[in-house]
Amino acid sequence: MSKRKADDSHMPIGESISQAQTLLRERLCHQRLPTRPEGVASQHKHLLELLKRTAVHGESNSVLIVGPRGSGKTMLLRCVLAELLTEADVQKTLLQVHLNGLLQTDDRIALKEITRQLSLENVVGDKVFGSFAENLAFLLEALKKGDRSSSRPVLFILDEFDLFAHHKNQTLLYNLLDVSQSAQTPVAVVGLTCRLDVLELLEKRVKSRFSHRQIHLLSSLTFSQYLQVVRAQLQLPDATFPDSKFCHDWNASVKALCEDKSVEEVLQRQFNSTKDFRSLHRLLMVSLCRVSASNPTIKPADLVDASRLFSADSKTNILHGLSILELCLIIAMKHLNDIYDREPFNLQMVYNEFKKFLQRKSHSMYNFDQPVVMKAFEHLQQLEVIRPVDVAATRAQREYQLVRLMLDHTQIMEALQKYPQCPTDIKQWADSAFA
Amino acid sequence: MAACLQHTGYDQERLLHVSDKLPCRVFQAGTLLSLMGEPSQYSYPSIFLYGHRSTGKSHVVSTLLQELELPHATVSCVECVSAGLMFERVLLALFGPDTTSLLPRSPSLSDFVRIYRQQCPQSPANQTRFIVIEKAELLRDMDANLLPVLLRLQELIEDNVTVILLSEIVWDQFRPNTGCFEPLLLHFPDYSKGDLQQILSQDIHPSYSAELYSAFINILLGVFYSVCRDLRELRHLAALNFSKFCEPLKEGKVKESDTHKLWRNIEPHLKKAMQTVYLREVSSVQWEELQMEEKESGAMKGLSAHAHVELPYYSKFLLIAAYLASYNPARTDRRFFLKHHGKIRKTNFLKKHEKTSNHLLGPKPFPLDRLLAIFYSVVDSRVAPTASIFSQISSLVTLQLLTQLGHDDQLDAPKYKCAVALDFIRAISRTVNFDIVKYLYDFL
Ligand SMILES: Nc1ncnc2c1ncn2[C@@H]1O[C@H](COP(=O)(O)OP(=O)(O)OP(=O)(O)O)[C@@H](O)[C@H]1O
Ligand SMILES: [Mg+2]
Repeated sequence: MSKRKADDSHMPIGESISQAQTLLRERLCHQRLPTRPEGVASQHKHLLELLKRTAVHGESNSVLIVGPRGSGKTMLLRCVLAELLTEADVQKTLLQVHLNGLLQTDDRIALKEITRQLSLENVVGDKVFGSFAENLAFLLEALKKGDRSSSRPVLFILDEFDLFAHHKNQTLLYNLLDVSQSAQTPVAVVGLTCRLDVLELLEKRVKSRFSHRQIHLLSSLTFSQYLQVVRAQLQLPDATFPDSKFCHDWNASVKALCEDKSVEEVLQRQFNSTKDFRSLHRLLMVSLCRVSASNPTIKPADLVDASRLFSADSKTNILHGLSILELCLIIAMKHLNDIYDREPFNLQMVYNEFKKFLQRKSHSMYNFDQPVVMKAFEHLQQLEVIRPVDVAATRAQREYQLVRLMLDHTQIMEALQKYPQCPTDIKQWADSAFA
Repeated sequence: MAACLQHTGYDQERLLHVSDKLPCRVFQAGTLLSLMGEPSQYSYPSIFLYGHRSTGKSHVVSTLLQELELPHATVSCVECVSAGLMFERVLLALFGPDTTSLLPRSPSLSDFVRIYRQQCPQSPANQTRFIVIEKAELLRDMDANLLPVLLRLQELIEDNVTVILLSEIVWDQFRPNTGCFEPLLLHFPDYSKGDLQQILSQDIHPSYSAELYSAFINILLGVFYSVCRDLRELRHLAALNFSKFCEPLKEGKVKESDTHKLWRNIEPHLKKAMQTVYLREVSSVQWEELQMEEKESGAMKGLSAHAHVELPYYSKFLLIAAYLASYNPARTDRRFFLKHHGKIRKTNFLKKHEKTSNHLLGPKPFPLDRLLAIFYSVVDSRVAPTASIFSQISSLVTLQLLTQLGHDDQLDAPKYKCAVALDFIRAISRTVNFDIVKYLYDFL
């Protein structure tokens, strides 16, 4: 047996890498729950206690989890639920309804979804209800029936909670929070949102029924903790990974990676702009993709390249592919912006500015007919590099429609520098705008 | 040939085949493939591919997915008039025709996600499923939640699914106000001139040598590259003009090796094409017909210019009057149209600078009586102000040569603007022997 194990622990390198990829991708892409969420111990404890009171002691409650995008709201909730469900009793009785503001866009759809998730479609049948409240009361009542005398606790989870506030009269929110205040059925309403001002979206009668409990997820990690997190995110589990030698080497390389100076710089920049896990995962994922049999570890260069990919300006990338004519039009617009102090302009003015440039040069290289210029102009508009000032005024002649340039100074400058084989006279013309 | 795709998760033979199909895009395909990973592994929930038209976004994605036989659904937002249609196509492609019947009429996002989730356990994914959305910029005009849902579909559906969005617009213009799941961005850079040369040269004509075609492409790019880098458009132009290029060869006038002569023959022709086919003023069929005619008559006809609208005599003068009213300041009317306008100092009159040039700013609105005043002074013979004048004005409005602006509350009289360009009005003026430039303030 032990001999076999030793054999197994030396897989071909390709296979080990494939295993490592599978495992890490689940972590970085599929948001597999961490065994222990980092840095949110108190929030975790708080939420667990609250939900236990509903699930075990039958108390009703309501709570909001508030935090920026990717800060781990969904993860926190799932972790807590997973822990809650380890208790056999809870697992047997607790009912969950998961709603998402992105999907259940009005209360009728939401109610249908609640009915389905509580498996009450047959009980409801073709019944017609006078009001939302009546319908909800019926559903909760129906849960009581059956063999048990006491009612089963129900957990309502509303992801993207703020979107529910846009439903007509906030009926769903009103009724759910109302039930969470009356003691008939143990109900917990958990809202997840990235809007700090979410309470201001609620109508008075809705707000007054909310418990005002909020759990905030604002990362308090220090940079050295952050580095630890990065390392932990990339490490393979010693105990379970099939090839122990590979695992050992990998983890050693990850340790070395995190100690590298250039990597630290990249991570410091990342840390300063955002500490959330999701952005970090994105960065690590792109680096991880470079790993293959011929490149079996993440190298510092991989991470540096990945971060460069993220910091690249998309607009500059797009400008790189414009034709000379289109580039000339942008330079002309830049000149106009300088002359008229960023007032909107039309094609005729741009064309005129361009012609002034052409007159100074005597060659006819760029002598295009106006319709050809117009087509180039329209292409820029399609790329949303320029935007019409008044979208409704499409009835104006195209060449006189007022537009604005959606690029800033540095974007144009960077684009010009990167433009492949930019003719010198055009460069000079552009430079005269930056003088 | 150039580099080849490498990935341990796929058959090397196949990857070789795929690489052959993707000239100049192997690097991008490789990046995408490494993001996708092995079929059984998870991939990033959403990937946003952006780059100019015809930079091979769809081509790379669909070649990879088809040749590697990965489960996928491709939908284009242009074809999906409603979100419902999109759901239907995705479910159909991923789970077969039975599924679509489960969708209610005008399905909501909630229905889509519910049905997708119900199908998952029945056909579990041991391979990543891909949903490819083409022309993704149009998603912004559809249901506001559609884009955020697609971006985090993996989380909402709990399936091994990846959504790939393709667009020529940068991601910054997509991000909703309250944020969303940020996709991975992947840029498809434009093809260089050399790339274009290489790709276009692959469409060899069976009866001519590859070198000849390549020389032709070189000339074509010489004319069009500074205006257009769109591979599809260039390919179209190449196909339309190649026979013209070969004409001297067919007639035995020139040898294949004499590229200079061939160039001299085709260049003016391509320049002409830039003014017409490229602008879609004539269709490809028309262009081919014109080439035939030209051969017969031996002369190059002027093709360009706008559709010729035949207008009644007075309508032409009305339009001219409208143009003058739109582009001349009202205070100069006296000078232009009154025979005995007394002494107006010329210097005063000519005081202007470029900033106020009306041919830069566009037409100004004018009231009806001013139009009529100018009309009566430019038209020679006496015309009675009959109803027919008014009906001609309204037909000019219908033809969109004039624009009528909404009634002004205080004045309660409609105002108009002339909506034609200078070239057009000059052509019209010529037909009635009226020298309009003499009457335009901007050109004094
Ligand atoms: N404290 C943490 N420890 C470990 N992993 C975390 C932590 N916080 C977040 N993550 C990971 O970061 C990713 C994003 O988290 P999550 O999806 O929960 O964010 P969210 O707040 O729900 O974002 P959104 O507002 O967009 O829904 C997940 O993969 C999650 O596992
Ligand atoms: Mg979430």
